[in-house]
Amino acid sequence: MNSGFVLSWIDYSVMIIYFAFVLGIGWALKRYMKDANAFLEAGRSMPAWVAGLAFISTNLGALEVMGMTGSGLKYGMLTTHFYWVGAIPAMVFLAMFMMPFYYGSKARSVPEYLKLRYDEKTRGLNAILFAVMTILASGISMYALAILMEKVLGWNFHLSLILSAAIVLVYTYLGGLSSAIYNEVLQFFIIVVGLLPIVLLSLKDVGGWHGLQQSLAPIVSAKGFAPDAWTTTWKYTGSAKANPLGVEWYGIFAGLGFVLSFGYWCTNFLIVQRAMSAKSTTAARNTPLIGAIPKMFIPFLIIVPGIVALVLMNSPEKHFSLPLNEAGQPIYDYTIIMLLKQYLPAGVLGLGITALLASFMSGMAGNVSAFNTVWTYDIYQSYIRPTTKDKAIDDKHYLFVGRMATIFGVLVSIAAAYLASMFGNIMDFLQTIFSMVNAPLFAVIFLGMFWKRGTGHAAFTGLLAGFFVALLHHGLTFPEGANTLVKGGWIAHLHAYPVEMAQNFWTAIFACSASTLITVVLSLLTTQKKSDAELKGLVYSLTPKLNEESVPWYKRSSTLAIIVLTLVTILTILFW
Amino acid sequence: MGIDIKIPIGLMFTILGLLITVYGFITRLDASLYNVSLGINVNLWSGLGMLIFGVVMLALAFVSWKSKT
Repeated sequence: MNSGFVLSWIDYSVMIIYFAFVLGIGWALKRYMKDANAFLEAGRSMPAWVAGLAFISTNLGALEVMGMTGSGLKYGMLTTHFYWVGAIPAMVFLAMFMMPFYYGSKARSVPEYLKLRYDEKTRGLNAILFAVMTILASGISMYALAILMEKVLGWNFHLSLILSAAIVLVYTYLGGLSSAIYNEVLQFFIIVVGLLPIVLLSLKDVGGWHGLQQSLAPIVSAKGFAPDAWTTTWKYTGSAKANPLGVEWYGIFAGLGFVLSFGYWCTNFLIVQRAMSAKSTTAARNTPLIGAIPKMFIPFLIIVPGIVALVLMNSPEKHFSLPLNEAGQPIYDYTIIMLLKQYLPAGVLGLGITALLASFMSGMAGNVSAFNTVWTYDIYQSYIRPTTKDKAIDDKHYLFVGRMATIFGVLVSIAAAYLASMFGNIMDFLQTIFSMVNAPLFAVIFLGMFWKRGTGHAAFTGLLAGFFVALLHHGLTFPEGANTLVKGGWIAHLHAYPVEMAQNFWTAIFACSASTLITVVLSLLTTQKKSDAELKGLVYSLTPKLNEESVPWYKRSSTLAIIVLTLVTILTILFW
Repeated sequence: MGIDIKIPIGLMFTILGLLITVYGFITRLDASLYNVSLGINVNLWSGLGMLIFGVVMLALAFVSWKSKT
């Protein structure tokens, strides 16, 4: 691998200063951690802008940054579908229609909402799946971080793994969720500052946006696509073959825009937890909306440089190439790192590397802080040691358990990191798992919030059935050119998708539809055991409408939502 | 929760901004260093940007602290 960097003292200084602040924040928050509520829920005290930045920052992990820049190279501006159609509508929906129930029900986690709305077994199933998946995700990002440090900085793999785990452990152990959230905000700003020079320099290098379009035309035509296929979003989605993503517009719309994105943004506790930490119902609703504004501009920060990289790769005089894997294929995930090397001198280079390291660590911290909440409240408090009459002792006890869960979570993540080193494409693996678990979950939560007839037995069966349908679909179909069974087709080769992305989308669509169908049918066949009074605050039709009149118009969620939707429409039209 | 996040953000970016600006200023004549960045002294510009951002954050933190007391 030829991606070795030579970092100078100035780069290491930047890194050391950043991590000193990260640990310092944890240390400064330590004295506020008096009970489990402060540690696991940040005391429900976050201002909306802090929660909002943490909300998108949790998702802006290094795997996302590296993966999306690589996708920019592979799919061009079509990658923005993951942001504009694939995130913003779901974030607005979460804010306007779902947050009042998550926040207002006083549930402390998504599994706990399921318990209040449906029953114990639905909560149990979700809590256990979530706990396992979160730790797996945390381990995968740890593994990727250690690989990165080994390749880029020449550090020892095992040492990098232990050192980064230790930093995460210290600051989440000390400051809990607050510490994780504060560091996510810090990370958001360092990512912007660290990557902005790359965007500006790379665009300047190819002669701006117009220069980029012109340089791309011959390269893209040679691949058999229209000359502007890499710089447009919807224009060539009429047929799957005409665009590099390999998915038609309705596949993008239903798979990414509806099932995958709603499944991720509206039900993933890791994300929703940030909004639940807000200080009031209005702040909780505004959290995803405030996050949506920077979110829709992130493509310019991480996708556009990836598109420039395609031009660089095809211009011999630029001396730009991606490292190759054992099979001789370019490693697209390393695009952003090679761009850092291409354009940044000592000094800002340290910032760029720090930004990547920071996003790895805050990704891990986010997973660990969501894991310890679900473990403590939904597993330990529900099944192992229920609350007693003595609140003071309980508070102390659950704080202790939360802290122990943090240590346990980090240790299991390390184990998962070694497990992850056995799998090839980490991002794809994660996405496969998420589409199998999140899509049915969205169906069940959505029905729970908007249909009071939905019953516990039906929800539980719906969750399981959705997951099995996803597995079945994955087992029966495969992306063209797949060479491992992880990619699908392990039962039979019934249908081939042009690309893996298409297969993921359709897995999610099938899982969500099956889950909805089964939950609805079984709900009608079983009796609703919860009375209307019990469901108040949990179901739309049984909850008094939120009154925003006391809030000034410019702070109202509806105003913000209109601004967000208008902006994203403008962006979509500009880059149609 | 306890501390105002604007303070650590402001402090960190002020310190980093100063460091990078000074480094950019010292190395302004080192053409070989800025070869990669198309001859632009990105350290100076990024450093100044971070410095301004850091100071603004600290000022905002000061304002919200004032309005509380």
